[in-house]
Amino acid sequence: MEKFLQTLIDALAVGSLYALIALGYTMVYGILKFINFAHSDVFVLGAWTSFLVAVAAGWGDPQASAGAGREWVAWVLWAATIAAAVIAAFEYAAWKRRHPTDAFSLNRTRLAGSLVLVAAWGWAALGLAKMAGVVKAWGDNGLFSGLLILLCAMATCGLVGFVLERLAYKPLRKAPRLNVLITAIGVSLLLQNLGQLQAMFGTRPQRMPTLLPTDAPLATIANVKIMPVDVIGAATAVALMFLLDFLVHRTKFGRSMRAVSFNPTTASLMGIPVDRVISVTFVIGASLAAAAGFLYGQKYPGLNQTAAAVWVLLGLKAFVAAVVGGIGNIRGAMLGGVLIGLLEFFGAAYVSAAMRDVYVFSLLIVVLLVRPSGILGRPMVEKV
Amino acid sequence: MLVVRDLVVNYGAIRALHGISLRVDQGRIVTLVGSNGAGKSTTLRAISGIVRAASGSIVYDGKPIGRMPPHEIVRLGIVQAPEGRGIFANMTVEENLLLGATVRDDAAGVREDWDRALALFPRLAERLSQNAGTLSGGEQQMLAIGRALIAKPRLLLLDEPSLGLAPQVCQTIFRIIREINERGTTILLVEQNANAALRIADYAYVLEVGDIALEGDAKKLAADDNVRKAYLGVH
Repeated sequence: MEKFLQTLIDALAVGSLYALIALGYTMVYGILKFINFAHSDVFVLGAWTSFLVAVAAGWGDPQASAGAGREWVAWVLWAATIAAAVIAAFEYAAWKRRHPTDAFSLNRTRLAGSLVLVAAWGWAALGLAKMAGVVKAWGDNGLFSGLLILLCAMATCGLVGFVLERLAYKPLRKAPRLNVLITAIGVSLLLQNLGQLQAMFGTRPQRMPTLLPTDAPLATIANVKIMPVDVIGAATAVALMFLLDFLVHRTKFGRSMRAVSFNPTTASLMGIPVDRVISVTFVIGASLAAAAGFLYGQKYPGLNQTAAAVWVLLGLKAFVAAVVGGIGNIRGAMLGGVLIGLLEFFGAAYVSAAMRDVYVFSLLIVVLLVRPSGILGRPMVEKV
Repeated sequence: MLVVRDLVVNYGAIRALHGISLRVDQGRIVTLVGSNGAGKSTTLRAISGIVRAASGSIVYDGKPIGRMPPHEIVRLGIVQAPEGRGIFANMTVEENLLLGATVRDDAAGVREDWDRALALFPRLAERLSQNAGTLSGGEQQMLAIGRALIAKPRLLLLDEPSLGLAPQVCQTIFRIIREINERGTTILLVEQNANAALRIADYAYVLEVGDIALEGDAKKLAADDNVRKAYLGVH
């Protein structure tokens, strides 16, 4: 009973995080029909960003994380500024290609708009980080700081998602899907290796400051301590998923998103700005992954360097969750995430802990053999 | 209202339109007839901004729109019910109709056009919560036109509305197209069913492998035996 309950709690806590990451894979696939292999690296970035912000805000042992409390402020601002500049260059090049003979004028407002947006975004993330510091200084118990750090990580990674899509994927909109896939792998390698730079996160593993008390369980059932981190983590993940589900199925923007995923050309004939919908989709996916990164760091505080195999494996499992649930299907990704979590943890607890990855990938094989479109996915029917 | 001049469109190395010119005057029904592969749909796709012209110009109300993205063209009041109806089969009839209102921000006006569209197609009103993919071909065409009407078009582009429909349903659709026009919407109609199209149109262009072979008053073209034999496949 004890073992069962403990396993169940862990499975649900981690499964809901798989689900959060899987959503990003599935949304991008639903719209652009390619697997964004860089998505798991955005998740890692979310974990590390949360770490930097938490340390900068004064959490954790400053001695233990020496060298990690680099000037986070400068980092975000430089990133946002450089991104804005690169986007400007790209926009200009794209505009020039379309209007080879005209003087540059028409798109000036739109260009200025994106630059202001990117810069403001960076500053907002910075503001959240600073607020986390202020709140900590006031003697916060961790909840409120946690929320601010979470939002800051989501904003930062959302910005990164926006910039990645703009620079790496948008120029390939009309290219064959294989090219986009290869680009995604390239972006993934870039993020993994950039993250190891000393100016970024370095190559040494770090310890994520835990914001929630680890010695005071919320309740004890049958000798099993129910920890705040599990409850709050799962609750946050579920809340975010409800929010997303509402957005997709009940709002005008969600309707546009579904229209684009069904047929981008027809969607544009409805007056839907397809590129903007795609941008927002990437932002949402990336910020959900960042949230998962933060929550994962709270449950398992040991942070490995960004290219470590553990991270890759986590991302792969979330990808499997998306495929098992039915890739392109949002509710399927949530279901798949929880399912993978249950399978992995119960398999590890009751059969063999050494084989925990085997269960997950075996499930993938079974699903691909029996129901290739996933549990909630609809089989593709070729219309004549 | 709409003036297309020397429009050239290429699909890769294949030239789909060899420089066609046409004009659509306000309040008219203009039809573009011709056989498969003549370039009819390509012309509509170019006007809507889905394919880019290699050269030539598209001017709407005195404004060049050839380089505008599709969603901005819809905002100008050029709305297309595309070939194959373009129904979103993953959504309900109601959601499909709501997508028509994407570009509008006057809720009261949308309500009004919504009621008007449903009055025109009472069949849709009965099926609002039904999945759009389960509709029959005729109903899907009604949905496509109804959805376009909710976008409040000034110029409605219809791409083969009669395709694959039973003769009786065809008749209904053509009657409704005329009704829409009588209420003040200008229409550019692309059709393979030349006879039916010429019957309701004011002016017609006959397209043949990327060129305009013939143009003139629709009634006169329909009456001319030589034209019928040479271009309209009527023997």
